[in-house]
This record gives sequence, structure tokens and C-alpha cells, in this order.
Amino acid sequence: MTTYHFLQLYWWAIVSLLGAILVFLMFVQGGQTLLWGMASNDEQKNLLAKFFGHKWELTFTTLVTFGGAAFAAFPLFYSTSFGGAYWLWILILLSFVIQAFSYEFRGKEKNLLGKKTYDTFLMLNGVVGTILIGVAVATFYSGGNFFMDKAGITERTSNVISYWVNDYKGLELIAKPYNLLLGVVVFLAARTLGLLFTINQSSKVKSDAAESLLMKAHSKIKITGLAFVLSFVVFVLLTFLATGYKVNVADSSFDGVNGIIVPQKYLYFNNMVSNLWMAAIFLIGVLLVLWALARTIFKGKSSFYMLGLGVIFAVWPLLLCAGFGDAAYFHSNYDLQSSLTLYNSSSSLYTLKTMAWVSLAIPFVLLYIAYAWKKMTAK
Amino acid sequence: MLLTSSLIQASRLQFALTAMYHWLFVPLTLGLGFLVAFFETKYYRSNDEFWKKTTQFWSRIFAINFACGIATGIILEFEFGTNWSNYSWFVGDIFGAPLAIEGIFAFFMESTFFAVMYFGWDKVSKRFHLISTWLTAIGACLSAYWILTANGWMQHPIGVEFNPDTARNEMVDFWSIVFSPVTLTKFTHSMLSGFLIASVVVIAVSSWYLLKKRDIEFSLKSIKYAAWFGTFAIIMLMVTGHTSAQVVAKTQPMKLAAMEGLYKGENGTPIVGVGVLNPKKSYDNDEKPYLFHISIPKGLSFLANNDFNSFVPGITDIIEGGYTYKDSKGNERVALSFEEKMQRGNMARKALAVYGEYKNKPNDTPGKAEALAEAKKYMDENFEYFGYGFLSKPQDSIPNVPITFYSFRIMILLGGYFVLFMLLALYYSKKKLLEKKRWFLITAIISVPLVYICGEAGWIVAEVGRQPWTIQDLLPLNASVSGVSSSSVYTTFIIFVVLFTTLLVAELKIAFNQIKKGPFGIKW
Repeated sequence: MTTYHFLQLYWWAIVSLLGAILVFLMFVQGGQTLLWGMASNDEQKNLLAKFFGHKWELTFTTLVTFGGAAFAAFPLFYSTSFGGAYWLWILILLSFVIQAFSYEFRGKEKNLLGKKTYDTFLMLNGVVGTILIGVAVATFYSGGNFFMDKAGITERTSNVISYWVNDYKGLELIAKPYNLLLGVVVFLAARTLGLLFTINQSSKVKSDAAESLLMKAHSKIKITGLAFVLSFVVFVLLTFLATGYKVNVADSSFDGVNGIIVPQKYLYFNNMVSNLWMAAIFLIGVLLVLWALARTIFKGKSSFYMLGLGVIFAVWPLLLCAGFGDAAYFHSNYDLQSSLTLYNSSSSLYTLKTMAWVSLAIPFVLLYIAYAWKKMTAK
Repeated sequence: MLLTSSLIQASRLQFALTAMYHWLFVPLTLGLGFLVAFFETKYYRSNDEFWKKTTQFWSRIFAINFACGIATGIILEFEFGTNWSNYSWFVGDIFGAPLAIEGIFAFFMESTFFAVMYFGWDKVSKRFHLISTWLTAIGACLSAYWILTANGWMQHPIGVEFNPDTARNEMVDFWSIVFSPVTLTKFTHSMLSGFLIASVVVIAVSSWYLLKKRDIEFSLKSIKYAAWFGTFAIIMLMVTGHTSAQVVAKTQPMKLAAMEGLYKGENGTPIVGVGVLNPKKSYDNDEKPYLFHISIPKGLSFLANNDFNSFVPGITDIIEGGYTYKDSKGNERVALSFEEKMQRGNMARKALAVYGEYKNKPNDTPGKAEALAEAKKYMDENFEYFGYGFLSKPQDSIPNVPITFYSFRIMILLGGYFVLFMLLALYYSKKKLLEKKRWFLITAIISVPLVYICGEAGWIVAEVGRQPWTIQDLLPLNASVSGVSSSSVYTTFIIFVVLFTTLLVAELKIAFNQIKKGPFGIKW
């Protein structure tokens, strides 16, 4: 393996890890969905907003860093997916932007739109944001309808190097059942995590509102947790049974960047089982999720952090599978040879190396975040 | 896919809208962060509740802005991909790294410690809280640095080589990009403008209290420190403004010419203090450039080159070429005309097409290696004018002169006003005359929109003045946009107009309400 390809894999792993952490941190979005249906009065809504309002910046920052790292490491994906599936990304963007100010504005007097509107924004972010993020991530396995040709830049007037081949510009991705299924999985994961975080925080507060929230969260976790696990299992089965696409590196036409893209049955399953460490992490993740849910449902113990770790462990290898094993992590359903692989879409060796040095700071960043988190949730 | 001018205009409008709203929210955060940290340091040292309340009041104003800055900031990041997809690939190898580093180093620091600073008063120790406040301010500052590194590279693309195999620029010298002279001047100038804006806002809010004869001690002390901070900022803004102009003269002569409405340069070029452009003037006619102007003799030559007798090229000079100049490496060169640049740009573009064509042929194709080498040679020789290959007439390379010219005058005139304003604030504060100078207190309140206009005008000069380039000389707008329909972009543009305007109105209403309550009326 060349240093260049090692760094491409390394950055795919980092971007995937950020994606997995993002799914975990979307417990904030999950918590926001509880504002309606679970919180029955203003006091309970305010308490929920207090629990989750201190954490939204972390989720947001992770989303921005996920986008930034994807742009830095795989600019062709950024260019092709964002510029092609325009409306999908714009809707994701809008659903997150309305969150950014709602926590700060909702409790303030004379806030123009009224508290209820800001709570609706939070609700929309919790439901639409999570589902659409899931839809976007699902395209790593289900592909998109685009054409890509880097030589397009040499044209004087029609020089777009990649474009979406239909007029729906990404909206059609939402209608695809497989994509929507992952959207639902992410939504349910976020809501389950949100419920567990509510249990975790409510048990530290002595008030009627907190007690009521605690009881309701315990009651809701049974159905939500079960739905999350079932939908996740269906998604994993469909993915493992699916035919994926990969670049044929054994073919003489492969030059280290471009090559022939070919279909391969059970690509993602093969990727998982051929990297035992990934399979092990995935299994540990699944077990942690099941254990955390069982502890909460049957023993009434708060297991938010265990569930969070389980989600990260389960999601990370799944995302790795989409790019490892020479896979086309964003294949084109319109022109297979336009598909994006780690080889043809990444930044240069120099940039990946420079950023690899930068990435050494990530553990330090995680440490101070954990320290600040601990301090802020201690009382 | 055929790109339409309507799509390009819509994409420009949308980006300009987002950037201008972003710059309404961000500068206050940049400057106020340091003032809040300073006030909290006073509290930490004195243990005086007065300073705690002062810190908390200004933190609240900071927080309202912070959320809006984040909301508009993420849209800018996404828009690079959604609206400028060609550009994203062409520069992703360089541009992406500062964005990712911003996320990892600066943004996490800012957001993590902001949560502690804002929500952690009763949860963490006094010392940890103070550190968090400083780290929030430093995080915002670092965040600005990395973003301006990316912006600076677009204005002066250095530290890269074009790779015909991947059809994009690739980074070869990270440090030259990070410490590019354009980045350094942009960063210092932008940060200082944030300091000035924050100082004016603090003085204005405090002045309102003084007019209402309430929260007197809070107001006088706030003005005292904001005046020092603002005076430092405005003096340093003049220094960095001068160095910025020198960098622009070297790297973007067309922008400087547009800033001045200068068509024909001369040795010892004057600078226009006040003037009205002649709307009939074009680079290729003999109309007078100004209907009216008051100029300082040899001023532009000094501003651009620190030499009263140096030559500064005008728009016509740049189009026609033929004058000598020193390039960024210090080599003396003869400027090419637009036609020559366009020819060389076309050669580079066509050489890249030939390179791509031969690269896809089987390896045993006769003459493949020679053809690739020949095409690469043409590419390398002409690449510095690559972007001109997408332009078709000289006018395409000229930015909007009236917008650039008048924005520059507005920025400079308001800058001069703020020198006077800050010196007066400092003087009246030191002599304890503030409460008696009612006219000054009213002026301070009126100065808030003026300082924002000043900051926005500066960004208009920087960004409109570099048109038509997304990357100076290498990639123009028409080769940067995404292949989406203009109707889609106009739709999102309208959505963003409504969203940002609502956001701004809500923010102002909340901020005014908080201000009315005052530093001691807010429950924390």
C-alpha cells in the first residue's frame, strides 16, 4: 500500500469517525423532538431546553468539522454531492440553521416570533434534520444521479465538472425507500439517545417537572428503543445484502487515480468481514446498544454514555465499509464510471499529510471537550 | 451543461448576501469577546460584584450575536459546495485544509468554552470560568485567522502547483499559504475592525444609559475601557490599511485601480479624497474619469509603494499592458495586455484539454509520452493566466468600478470620523466630561450604524474589487459555479433574505430589550 493510499484510508476513517460522533451528538436533536408530545407544560419544555441547550454547539461544531474535513480530504465529493444534490443539502442546512439561534432566542422576551415558533424550529431540526442527514449518508451506499468529468473545466462556456442529471437536484433521494430508511434510523437513534439523556439529567434534578419527564422518558424508551433497533437491523441487512461498486485496481487501466468501476455482490459485507477489527468494533457497538437499552428498560438505570459509545462503535465501521476495499463510496447511478472513490476524489498527498499532522490534535481537543462537559454536567 | 449569466448573478447575489449578513454578526463577537474577557479579569482580580455584572451583561450581548454568526457561517461553508462546485474541486486541495483546521482547532475551542462562559457561572470555578472566557475570545480570533487564510489565498494564490492529472491546484507549501502577506494584512485589518465595532457598540450602549441618567458607574467604566480599546483599534487600522493597500498594489493592481477610479496611471499618481465618477468613462474612451474630485497629489503612489514618485497602473494601463512592474518574487517584468493574457490563458486551457485527451489513450499509443510532455510544457508556461482563457473581452476583467470606488471612499471617510470619535471618547472619559457632553452621547448612538457601514464597505472593496475572479487570475466566476438552475438559486436567495432579515430583526429586538433592562436588571 502506498503512503498516499494509506492517508486516503486514514482520512476516510477520520471523516467516518466524525460522522459516527455526529450521529451520537444528535441526541440533542432527539431531545428536541421531545418538546412536543412529551413535555406537557412550559416548565417541562424549559427544563428540556436547559438539558439540551448547553450541548447544541458541540453537535453543530461537529457537523461543521465533518463538512470541513470532507471538503479538505475529499473535495470532489463536496463538489459533486453538494453542487448536485442541491436541494437536499439546502434543506439540511436550513434545518440546522434554525436550530442555531432558537435555543438562545426562545427564552428571551420580545423575541419577535414567540417562544412557540422557536420550539417549532427546534422540533423541525430534530425531525427533519436527522432524517435528511440519514438520507444524505445513505447515498454512500445507494449512490446519486450525477455525471462527473474533471476535463469539463477545459470547456470555455459549459465547464461544470460534475452535474446532477435530473431536475429534482437531490429531492428524489428523499423519496428512495432505502435512503429514507436510514433517515428514520438516524432519527430514532437520536430520539433514543435524547430520551436516555433526559433520564440521565432528570434524575439529577429535584422538581415535579423533572420527575414527570423522567417517568415519561422511561415509558417512551421501550417503543422508541425497540423501533430504533429493528430499523437499524433492517438497514444493516439490506446494506450487507446489497451489490456495491468498486474500482478494479487489478485492471491494467488503473493508474492509481482512475480505473474501471465494477459491481460487486455483498461488497459492504465483504468489506466488514475482511477487516476483522471493523467487524469486532461493529459487534461491540451493537452489544453496547442492546445492553444500554436493556439496562434502561429492565433495570431503570440511566445508560446514556454506554448507548452513545455503542452508537459510535456501530456506525463507524458501517461508514468505513462504504469507502474501504476500493469501494466507490459515492457511485453514479447515471454513469458508473463517474463514480467517486477514495483514489479519484481525495486531496493531494501533500495536503493529506499536512492534515494528518493536524489531526494529531484531535485527542487533545476531545480531552478538553470531555473535561468541559464533565464540569458542566457535574451539578 | 451551458452556464447562464443569470445563474452566475444569482450565485453571486446569494454568496454576497450571506457574507454581508455574516459580517453584521461576527465582528461584534470578535471584539466583544476580548472586552468581556478583560472585564472578567477585573472581576477575578477584585472579586467585585460590579465587574461580574458588567461581564455578564456584555456576555449576553455577545451570546445573541454568537448564535447568529454561527447560523450564517455554516451557510457560507455549505455554499462553497452547493453553489461553487467547480471552484470547490479546483481549490479544495488548498481551501479545504484551513476550513478543517478551523473546525478542529478554533471552532471547537470557541464553542466548547462559550458554553462554559455563558452557562457555567455557577458550575465551574472562577478561575476555570475566566480561562474559558479568554479561550472563547481566542477561539473566535483563531477561527477568523483560518477563514482569512482561505480568503487570502483566493486573492493571492501562492504555495501551489497545478496538476494536469487531477485538473486542479495542489498545495506544495503550507506555510507560505498560512503566512501569506495578504492573509496577515487581511487578518489584522479584519480583527481590528471587529475591535472597533465592539468598542463603538459598548460606547453607544453606555451613552444611552448616560442620556437616561441610569447605570452611571457601569457606563463610565465601560466607555473608559472601550475608548482605549477602540483608539488602539482605529490607529492600528490606519497602519494595516496602508499595508493592505501596498499588498493590493502588488497582487491585485486592477482592484487598486478600481478603488481609485484610475484609468491612466502616472509617476506620482494622486489619490482621490472626494470625487464623483463620470458614468460615461470607459477604459477605451477619452472621457474624463471624474465629474468632480479633490485629490492629494502623489498620494496613491505613496499609499501603494511608499514612494511619492512611483508608477501606479490604471485600468486602461492594465488592459493595454506594456508598463514594467515587479512581481511577487521581486523580478522586473513587462505587463502583458489583456489580449495577450487571454491568448496565454486559452493556450493553457487547450493544453490541458490535449493533456486529458492523450492521458486517456492506451499507453501504447504512438507519440503519447511526447504529446503529454508538450501539453504539460504549454500548461506550465501559461498557467499563471489560466483564468483569462474563460474571458472573452477586456470588460470581463474589470470589476464594478463605481461600487468599489464609492465603498472605498465611504470606508476611508468613516475611518477618519472614527479616529476623531475615539480620541474624543478617550478625552471626555479621562476628563470626566462624558455626562455633560450630551451631543457626544447622541453622536455615539448614531455611530453604531456608521461603524457597521464602514466594516461592510471594507469588505465590499475587498470582494467586489477582485471580480471577476474567485481565484485571482486563475479561475473566474463563470468557471466556478455549480450546474444548478438559476431559478433554484434565486429561490434559495429569497429564502435566505427572509431568514437573515428575520434573524437580524429578532436579534435587534432581543438585544434592545436586554439593554433596556440594563446590567443589573437581567436575571442570570
